[in-house]
Amino acid sequence: MLESYIKNKRREKEILLMTHIVLGYPSFDDCFQIVREMVDAGVDLMELQIPFSEPIADGPVILSANQKALANGVTVQQCIDFSKQVVRSFDIPFLFMTYYNILFQYGVKDFSSMMSDAGMYGAIVPDLPPEEGEEYLQAMKSCHLSPIFIFTPTTPDERMKKIASCGEGFIYCVARKGVTGSQTDFTSEFHGYLERCRKATTLPLALGFGVKDKEDIDFLTGKADIAVIGSQTIRLVDQKGVGAVGEFIRGLRSQIKGAEK
Amino acid sequence: MDHRGYYDGFGGAFIPEILVSTFDELSAAFQKAKRDPDFWQEYKEIMSTYSCRPTPLTFAGNLTRHFGGARIYIKREDLNHTGAHKANNVIGQGLLVQRMGKKRVIAETGAGQHGVATATMAARFGFECTIYMGEVDVRRQRPNVFWMERLGAKVVAVKDGTRILKDAINEAFRDWVTHMDTTHYVLGTACGPHPFPEMVTYFQSIIGQEARKQIISREGKLPARVYACVGGGSNAMGIFSGFMDDPVELVGVEAGGEGLDSGRHASRLSSDDASIGIAQGYKTYFLQDSDGQMKETHSIAAGLDYVGVSPILSHLKETGRVRFEAATDRKVVEALSLTIQKEGLIPALESSHAFAQAFVEAPTLSKQDCIIINQSGRGDKDIFTVADAFSDPGWKEFIMQKAEEYNA
Repeated sequence: MLESYIKNKRREKEILLMTHIVLGYPSFDDCFQIVREMVDAGVDLMELQIPFSEPIADGPVILSANQKALANGVTVQQCIDFSKQVVRSFDIPFLFMTYYNILFQYGVKDFSSMMSDAGMYGAIVPDLPPEEGEEYLQAMKSCHLSPIFIFTPTTPDERMKKIASCGEGFIYCVARKGVTGSQTDFTSEFHGYLERCRKATTLPLALGFGVKDKEDIDFLTGKADIAVIGSQTIRLVDQKGVGAVGEFIRGLRSQIKGAEK
Repeated sequence: MDHRGYYDGFGGAFIPEILVSTFDELSAAFQKAKRDPDFWQEYKEIMSTYSCRPTPLTFAGNLTRHFGGARIYIKREDLNHTGAHKANNVIGQGLLVQRMGKKRVIAETGAGQHGVATATMAARFGFECTIYMGEVDVRRQRPNVFWMERLGAKVVAVKDGTRILKDAINEAFRDWVTHMDTTHYVLGTACGPHPFPEMVTYFQSIIGQEARKQIISREGKLPARVYACVGGGSNAMGIFSGFMDDPVELVGVEAGGEGLDSGRHASRLSSDDASIGIAQGYKTYFLQDSDGQMKETHSIAAGLDYVGVSPILSHLKETGRVRFEAATDRKVVEALSLTIQKEGLIPALESSHAFAQAFVEAPTLSKQDCIIINQSGRGDKDIFTVADAFSDPGWKEFIMQKAEEYNA
């Protein structure tokens, strides 16, 4: 379902945009506004991060957003309610991004059913390698949801194939070592990595970690199917407020094919 | 990633994909070293010449007479180089780092003991070294920060989250996912993703191997009980592993903080406040809320102030092989005070938890029985905390004078 959405969209656009927000940060009202701005500016799909107290794969920007959301008393139930609201209001696919303990405490099966009821498309769980994910994979499959798995530059070819066989929707390719939100050098040696990713799977490829401006997106166009903007919009909201988001997103893609509104 | 280190459902390796190859490499290096008989010999050789192994087993005659029950023995891990059992683990991992050809080590630390031990090992082996330490712990364990920096380590005060041990672990992982090609993360306790619980236990098992031989040569029999404090669980796993197959009762003592009813404690296995969860790369009992968010913990002892616990100990709790108790901050300071006065020993606040529980139980045992308390570390590092607990007037005056000198 998610895979065909992406492949159809790609006929209209040279590269798709996926963005990321931390639920409840700065507030749920702000989050709703941010989603509206992003969808209006042509974002193609979105990750909604349920905050967790120990986000080991996240860098300072998203880490701090997680902590502030929790300090404001954000609960998993509030995140679910919010997700239902945005799914009803906006016509793009939404994914959950969170750490495995959130699913585990909720009950992995129940979490999948809840996602399905809410109209979510899938989930990204960065601390759950496929080897630990048997229950999760079964539950997601039975609810027709996409478990998004991750490739990294340190993942050997054989393992990429194995991971791809567990994943659905698309593969999230981490651009480099390190955590979210730091600088990435999109240089030519990066091609080799993306070629390895492409060889390992027929699923669409999303490229994230350090993607922050039009230059990065231009570089990725023609190489990846989806560019992921994570920390950068959170940084933007911190610095310039919610109102700056739409303009920023509109400026990211060259308006060649399938001009946006 | 075939063998994932499960202990009856506890453990595993819940790691970001970027680290999978690094863990595969580490597991392979560890398994190879374990099969190599020269490795353990080399390890024992360094531990007996650079540290103080075998550490003595001290008979505590005055405490034994004071309580009038079981004969009390103390395993003296405080006599290791840098003053705690942490040396056992870091030297072992240091040898692995050499074998893997890496040049930099990082570590988390709570009380600072593991940080100092790692910095020492890095100095000796010629590794670059960065230590992550929660900002709260930096403040309560300042002397250890001083020594780490003197030893050439960079100490990073972690200002995220609850600013204690668990936050230092998260930050060390963030460093590792960036620098894994050159860097090994010397995890300090028997927690975290596989193979750390198994590997740290392996190096710490030297405590139990020695203690078993020593008590049999002294008493001609096994102890009735063995006591160890439990933070992450490495000193407990170390001494317990020597008696695992014996008819010996093993008692793990957690941080009771201000009391189990107060909610301000770090008792994962001896209170009903913890539940099974997955964080920091492994599955175990965590102090968490119903959403799965980790709670704030409290202990007078920075080294026990941790939300999770070794998955192997969670397993041993479920099987009933180890009994878990909690000692409150107040009881711990009393036990420390008594041990200082009666035996001239200065256990660390962490280790004093084991003493506190042993003192409750010793009088109820027969005079024919003997028990072992693991003194996992020495208390010198706790001088500021203990001086405050005793509200020592002479110390306060000294500190104020010293501050004036600096201000002058």
